[in-house]
Amino acid sequence: MESINKLSYIQKLRTYKRDPRSLVLFLLVIVSTILTIGLLLFLIGYIMIKGIPHIKPELFQWKYNTLNVSLMPALINTVIITIISLLIAAPIGIFSAIYLVEYAKKGNKLVAIIRITAETLSGIPSIVYGLFGLLFFVTALGWGMSLLAGAFTLSIMILPLIMRTTEEALKAVPNSYREGSYGLGAGKLRTVFKIVLPSAMPGILAGVILGIGRIVGESAALIYTAGTVAEIPKGSDFLFDSTRTLSVHMYALASEGLYVNQSYATAVILLIIVVLINYLSGFISKKLSKV
Amino acid sequence: MTKYKESIMKAIFFAAACTSILAVTLICLFLFINGVPAIAKIGIFDFLMGTTWKPNNTPPSFGILPMILGSIYVTAGAAVVGVPVGVLTAVFMAKYCPKKLYRILKPAINLLAGIPSIVYGFFGLVVIVPFIRDTFGGTGNSMLTASILLGIMILPTIVGISESSIRATPQSYYEGALALGASHERSTFFVVLPAAKSGIMAAIVLGIGRAIGETMAVIMVAGNQARMPAGLLKGVRTLTANIIIEMGYAAELHREALIATGVVLFVFILIINLLLSLLKRRTG
Repeated sequence: MESINKLSYIQKLRTYKRDPRSLVLFLLVIVSTILTIGLLLFLIGYIMIKGIPHIKPELFQWKYNTLNVSLMPALINTVIITIISLLIAAPIGIFSAIYLVEYAKKGNKLVAIIRITAETLSGIPSIVYGLFGLLFFVTALGWGMSLLAGAFTLSIMILPLIMRTTEEALKAVPNSYREGSYGLGAGKLRTVFKIVLPSAMPGILAGVILGIGRIVGESAALIYTAGTVAEIPKGSDFLFDSTRTLSVHMYALASEGLYVNQSYATAVILLIIVVLINYLSGFISKKLSKV
Repeated sequence: MTKYKESIMKAIFFAAACTSILAVTLICLFLFINGVPAIAKIGIFDFLMGTTWKPNNTPPSFGILPMILGSIYVTAGAAVVGVPVGVLTAVFMAKYCPKKLYRILKPAINLLAGIPSIVYGFFGLVVIVPFIRDTFGGTGNSMLTASILLGIMILPTIVGISESSIRATPQSYYEGALALGASHERSTFFVVLPAAKSGIMAAIVLGIGRAIGETMAVIMVAGNQARMPAGLLKGVRTLTANIIIEMGYAAELHREALIATGVVLFVFILIINLLLSLLKRRTG
């Protein structure tokens, strides 16, 4: 791998014989890596093997009750809450990244503050978001524990992620693109929307998909904002119904301790979604690096 | 007309960029307004240094020292478990891994970061808890279990950031060490790693931030007894667990005390963030 340090195995062995400390360090590195990857494989394998036999049709019935422990309502709620959160966070995140990369002047104090706050946001743990959502959206704005309160809480949570990935994608667009566009007589706005955004799209999408991953996996921020009702919201004011997402559903099952098999099955579904999301995000950003 | 549109859109972009400022302001404002009066009512010393948390007693006592210590111990345990393994794995990824293997391992590490904490918690509950119970005795829901689980959960953070900071060290450092006759290991560990020190420190601090803020995984394995931590194999309750467990039924001062617990956690996180930005500045 290090092209300047190509040694045959015999040479390496000789080094290790002469210098046992190197051998120890080498072994430590190998053992740690095997441990890390082994843990991942064990976790996924264990949950898959225990869970897949328990994925049964009644888990996907429309109505949840204590007999079928259906995860269908939670799954649909997860989709709804993901869509609403993205509708809020994606435009704001992308727009603010556009401002930071395309418009802001260097050395602007406000820009420095925006960056610091975005960094602060990305470090805040989900339970604090949950607490804030409970105090602000649920109580102060009077929305109650609802789909909307949960979605708004989550959208603040994924905002820094979308901002950062979009910023990186925009920065990766070569300046010659912009100059070419200006040269042809296009204005700033047209350049941003017709030239810069389309070429940064794969990177932005990869970030948005990672955001979906965080929403799907989130539970601590949702328990006291979206609540834990295992039903699909209905009616005209469905945005103000309390709902549980798949992760919260899984928490409810696992902490009650009565539905271990169904917990395994739900964990499998969650894992499959997360693996798919990760693969998709990686695939899209790999496409970006080829361009 | 076009000019008009340009300036309107610029204003919209600007407004969007200010959202994060607004969000942080609101979060600080609402947490502090709702939490600080409770601290004042209980008394800052009784709140932070009180060793008993009995909100339902008459008179109730709201001392969160057990939870503060619980959070610190569990996080320290996670660092002990996660940091060596994470940094060594990062060394492998940056300095040993063949390209073909890298294409498989890198997404695997990313996947480790993407697994929901509730799934980690469940895994801890069905695998690590019984393992600890059978090996060391006790109930298995313990500080040790939580530390191991959190150590696993912070691995991807530590590996990812350490790896990129190792890669960012100038190749000439490594080459110079080789030229002086050092082995691959010695060059890596005694020349490259010290050069990447502040990046690795940032990775560790970020990992610690993750660990101290983790909630769902911890409450499933830590036992959650609200008493002073009594040993590695005894249960502990963290600040995060205290909030999520009791928020559902708390009222009045109890509820405010829980929000104040959130404030304490938030202050911890702010300190960690500050540390992180100082480290980043040093990395340049």
